[in-house]
Amino acid sequence: MIKLKKQLVQNGVLGINRRNAEYTMKYNSRGRYPLVDDKLRTKKLALKAGIAVPELYGVVEAESEVRHLTHLIKSHPDFVIKPSRGSGGSGILVISGRSKDLFRKADGELIDRDEIEYHLFNVISGLHSLGGQPDKALVEYRVQFDPVFEPISYQGVPDIRVIVFLGVPVMSMVRLPTRMSVGKANLHQGAIGAGIDIATGTTLAAVWRNDIISEHPDTGNPVSGIKIPNWEQLLKIAAQCNTLTGLGYIGVDLVLDKDKGPLILEMNARPGLNIQIANQAGLLSRLRLVERHQRNLRDIEDRIAFSRQHFSARFSP
Amino acid sequence: MTRRHLLLLTLTLTLVGSVVFLYKALILNFPLLPEVRSDVWEIEAHLTFVADNKPIKVSMNLPRNSRQFAIVNENFVSRGYGINVLAEDGKRKVQWSIRKAKGIQNLYYRASVRRMERDIPQKMPKESSPEKPDIKGAYREASEALVAEAREKSADIDGIVLELLHRLNNPRPGDNAALLLGKNASVQKKVDLSVQLLALTGIHARSVHGIRLEDQKRNSTFIHWLEIYDKKQWVSYDPIIGKRGVPVDYLVWWRGIEPLFESQGTKNLAVTVSVSRSEEPAIQAALETGEIKKPVLLDFSLFSLPIETQSVYHVILLLPVGVLLLVILRNVIGIRTFGTFMPVLIALAFRETQLVWGLFLFTTLIAMGLGIRLYLAHLKLLVVPRLAAILIIVIFLMAIFSILTHKLGLERGLSVALFPMVILTMTIERMSIVWEELGALATLQQGVWSLIAAVLAYAVMTVSYIEHLVFVFPELLLILLAGMLLLGRYSGFRLLELPRFKTLAKIGSDD
Repeated sequence: MIKLKKQLVQNGVLGINRRNAEYTMKYNSRGRYPLVDDKLRTKKLALKAGIAVPELYGVVEAESEVRHLTHLIKSHPDFVIKPSRGSGGSGILVISGRSKDLFRKADGELIDRDEIEYHLFNVISGLHSLGGQPDKALVEYRVQFDPVFEPISYQGVPDIRVIVFLGVPVMSMVRLPTRMSVGKANLHQGAIGAGIDIATGTTLAAVWRNDIISEHPDTGNPVSGIKIPNWEQLLKIAAQCNTLTGLGYIGVDLVLDKDKGPLILEMNARPGLNIQIANQAGLLSRLRLVERHQRNLRDIEDRIAFSRQHFSARFSP
Repeated sequence: MTRRHLLLLTLTLTLVGSVVFLYKALILNFPLLPEVRSDVWEIEAHLTFVADNKPIKVSMNLPRNSRQFAIVNENFVSRGYGINVLAEDGKRKVQWSIRKAKGIQNLYYRASVRRMERDIPQKMPKESSPEKPDIKGAYREASEALVAEAREKSADIDGIVLELLHRLNNPRPGDNAALLLGKNASVQKKVDLSVQLLALTGIHARSVHGIRLEDQKRNSTFIHWLEIYDKKQWVSYDPIIGKRGVPVDYLVWWRGIEPLFESQGTKNLAVTVSVSRSEEPAIQAALETGEIKKPVLLDFSLFSLPIETQSVYHVILLLPVGVLLLVILRNVIGIRTFGTFMPVLIALAFRETQLVWGLFLFTTLIAMGLGIRLYLAHLKLLVVPRLAAILIIVIFLMAIFSILTHKLGLERGLSVALFPMVILTMTIERMSIVWEELGALATLQQGVWSLIAAVLAYAVMTVSYIEHLVFVFPELLLILLAGMLLLGRYSGFRLLELPRFKTLAKIGSDD
């Protein structure tokens, strides 16, 4: 046990206590949390800075507005309903199409309008929100993900998580939905996390429920060695997010839309630590390196260059 | 900066806590170990009589502090009566009076009596020899003859008393004794007679009346014994067995020939005396009787609160200990529980229900509640009404449980009502959400961890030593607070993170 701990310390692995005490609490001021906890505000913020986000069809803020749903989705056969202050991917309902009066969920199940309305009621009353406070439901564009991910996702949308510290992307992974995660891209719900080499944008080995895997458990296709398109642009978007939100240590979640390119889905002021397992690398040593050099990293080009130089994978897949 | 600040703060807290603790433990002699409990008796004299629209005056002798017993917390319950407590000539009396009363009247005298050993100077007789009793004729002769017999056969006062008691107690008394006692003499009569006879020989004697302090006695009878002034002190004699000394649980109520009460304007006056024993911490006794030095500090301590409030604090002060354990479990070990403080509150309930029953009741309640909650999910209710519905169901389940176990004769089952209902409700709701999102396995895992945390908290919070320490030395909580603040800055790995990041230990160590 003590030996294990020693090795983890040596490899610069970040634990949750240290993340809280030395990073989120130190670099993320409490007053700015609402900017990322509330997806509607994040969206507005990103749009203002000229960063693309999934198009918002409408917001349902009160029980009485639920009946406007028909109007909101009239011209959109597919859409996504999200709680504005949801956490951990809960409460997200993806409608991929319609069949007569029914709606088709991402997993193919057909549901009726009542069920969608019930879902909206739940979201509004705060079932999925942090701390159970009343919430808003966002109805938005359903991302058509880039075909590069087609062979390695099972339903749902794969998203790319980039940890950005003081404007420097320090670690990244792509989260692939599986049958087990029922289309959700959350690692603790059974999605796959595949580390990404920051220098090249190529996927590394992947981790699925604490095991290192090389193939997608549902599709059987290899998950490593996939080159993510638009990587440079993606890094640039992520690197802007610290100044955008005023938060020093965040996880930025992006998707690659096949038509619209990289879109910001949401940000997280307390990003999880599993990304270390997916990358087989410790975060702490990278964060310390950025802290040491932060004075020299003025503009975004510097920071991305720094990131690509120092945080590339040591071994190629 | 924060670091130094925190260090300074924790140091100060620890220092203040330890100094006060050491001062109380070493200088004021507060006990460090959970003390033996000392006995306290609650005595009650209940007077009933019928009043007939006339002025009423009732006076009754009262017990007073003695060398063996201290009277604490005395009170009188009597609606509408004027109360006057008189102390004169070594006696205490209460006088109830009222101008007019009608119907059955109830007067109560209640007191707590605590046994203790202490040195109170005894009241000496004023004259060197007692007043000679006024007895005439045949009685006089019989008395003198009886005393002369006893005198002849003994060398000292003790001998005389024993001889005399022996003669009076003899089942076939001599002529003299028989004449003086009459038929079927009561103990009281024997005692009174002894006092008279001893006065004839110049020995100070007095009759004593009291009760025996027993565990639980609804209707205690008065007992009578004898006290003799011998070698500059009063010595008790048991008139029935005729020996020196009386049992230690005899409480003196009053002395002398006079009756327990005197009254005017009452009909059918009767007194019942009841005794019950209760326990209380020895430290309380020590404080009240002055065994522990009492600085001003103590007037503002928990001991200055009424007993019931104190017992509430006994429990409240244990909470920080349980919470500390939880902080360690969550932030150092890294286990997940439903709700931050839920396990501690459940552990508190376990204290009342006992562990095994508590676990059984808790898991059954939660399981049933969860089943119903998962069914409610089909009805698609809004969050707040749904929570309210679960609360009502939890209450129903608790009531049904109590009734069923009561009918089955399992009285422990009644203690289900001690579980915090709102906590149960929130636990059920959280569990059902985890169930829906992460599945049954994760729910079970977190549930089991919560229970383990609750059991551990229970184990810690039932150590009587800890309970004693935090109550007698609440300043120790300052040290606990300091520890908590330090834990708040603990940034090392959580124990359960080690296996989680196991694969990361094997990677090359070149960075």
